[in-house]
Amino acid sequence: MRVAPVVELRSVSFAYPRGGDVLRDVDLVVLPGEFVAIAGPNGGGKTTLVRIVLGLLAPTSGSAWLFGEPAASVSQRRRLGYLPQRAQLRVEAPVTVREVVAAGRLPATRLLGRLRPEDRAKIDEAIERVGLAEQADAELRRLSGGQQQRALIAKALAGEPSLLALDEPTTGVDVESQEALAELLAHLNEELGVTILYVSHEFGAVERHVERIVLVRGGIVFDGPPGELPGVWHDPSHTHV
Amino acid sequence: MFELEFMRLAFVAGAVVGVLAPAVGFFLVQRQLSLVGDGIGHVAFAGVALGILLDVSPVLTALAAAAVGGVAIEWLRSRRATAGDQALALVFYTGIAAGVVFVALAGSLDVGLFQYLFGSILTVTRADVALVVSLGVVGLAVVALLYRALCAVTIDEEGARVSGIPVAALNVTLVVLTALTVALAMRIVGILLIAALMVLPVTAAARVAWSLASALGLSIGVGLGSVVAGLTAAYYLDLPPGGTIVLVAAACVLVTAAVGGLRAAA
Ligand SMILES: Nc1ncnc2c1ncn2[C@@H]1O[C@H](COP(=O)(O)OP(=O)(O)OP(=O)(O)O)[C@@H](O)[C@H]1O
Ligand SMILES: [Mg+2]
Repeated sequence: MRVAPVVELRSVSFAYPRGGDVLRDVDLVVLPGEFVAIAGPNGGGKTTLVRIVLGLLAPTSGSAWLFGEPAASVSQRRRLGYLPQRAQLRVEAPVTVREVVAAGRLPATRLLGRLRPEDRAKIDEAIERVGLAEQADAELRRLSGGQQQRALIAKALAGEPSLLALDEPTTGVDVESQEALAELLAHLNEELGVTILYVSHEFGAVERHVERIVLVRGGIVFDGPPGELPGVWHDPSHTHV
Repeated sequence: MFELEFMRLAFVAGAVVGVLAPAVGFFLVQRQLSLVGDGIGHVAFAGVALGILLDVSPVLTALAAAAVGGVAIEWLRSRRATAGDQALALVFYTGIAAGVVFVALAGSLDVGLFQYLFGSILTVTRADVALVVSLGVVGLAVVALLYRALCAVTIDEEGARVSGIPVAALNVTLVVLTALTVALAMRIVGILLIAALMVLPVTAAARVAWSLASALGLSIGVGLGSVVAGLTAAYYLDLPPGGTIVLVAAACVLVTAAVGGLRAAA
């Protein structure tokens, strides 16, 4: 029996308005429970690819499907967790870590009224998992860049997504926290069956856990287990072929 | 001053407005939409003029006009058909121009209009207060119910949209709440200064708050305090309350800026 894919791109090409093709003829199928690394050089189109997958950008040609529905109008958006690249909040007032993570919990709980105790527990759990328990009530803007990034990761986790897309989540995060994040993602993937798309051009700690690497450079130039990566690609961020 | 009925009425209506305006304005300011309150105020002016012209309650016509203007701003903004500030300018000037034309047609470029522009404590009637209190409580209840959702959109609009939060519906609700605030605050603060009561308390609070929740609470405190102090000053000095209320709120901004500055230096 064929398992329904979480992500399905069929001959997708994409160009920004007034620009040339950023992605050409991309086919990508991601099944439930896969842990996929998306690698490639700067400007290769990784962020663009993820945004097409999430239905935030419409392909110029071809089709994008999410949970078996057209990605642009998917009804199960609450199952998505997304951490954009270089995410930054643009709030004027001070916001605490807990308030940020609570915002990420909203899709998984009711829209109106007060937070339920089980939601509070999930929020605390997400904060603990990224190692910010002691800073839970601190103002986000008073934390270091790496700590802020971990708070945003907790926000993406708090909604208990079944598809988690992280775009360069470890920018500015120290090695120890990268290890912790890798363990956390492996746990979510193995124990809870969360499908993960992990964008990065350097894979340090997660390399052990990913079973599939997709190399993006104007299209998909490699798709397979990390072990089969041709030698010439071994530095996935290299720019000359 | 409380032995006078009109002062009691003014304080009741003022208290509701003093709480509602910063509570709604809070979410506008956090999202860099401060001018939306002003734009909606200008449209409300056209509504007031239309009410005078048609001889129906100006509060209701202002509410209707402000709601339509607010939804128009939000629609233009969300479709990015026009840059945000140009969309606002379109609505601003259309509102003022329509207001001037209606007022001239009604032949009432006079004192009555002045009350709507700058507020008045003398003209608040029992019927006004009943309307302000009932609609004001509805507005506050909506803010309380939507608090978490409005915060989520405030913190990360795109993230909320990705995970299926009804961002467009929440944005429309916010502009309708703004229109409601403008219409209710009009008699006390005046159309030209309503936006100030939605923005200044929030600015003041942001300098000393330690979380979103505390910033909202402090904004409401500053708003309520400004209305109470401003109405009192207006009564004793025989001044338009809109002016005194907003001056108190502006003073609060200066004070918290100083406190925040001292704290940062310490
Ligand atoms: N909003 C935009 N408008 C126009 N062109 C864009 C836009 N965003 C990206 N591009 C172009 O599309 C190409 C792919 O960009 P993309 O951000 O997807 O690359 P990336 O692989 O994520 O790079 P990085 O490693 O730097 O994050 C680049 O050439 C970039 O200049
Ligand atoms: Mg990128």
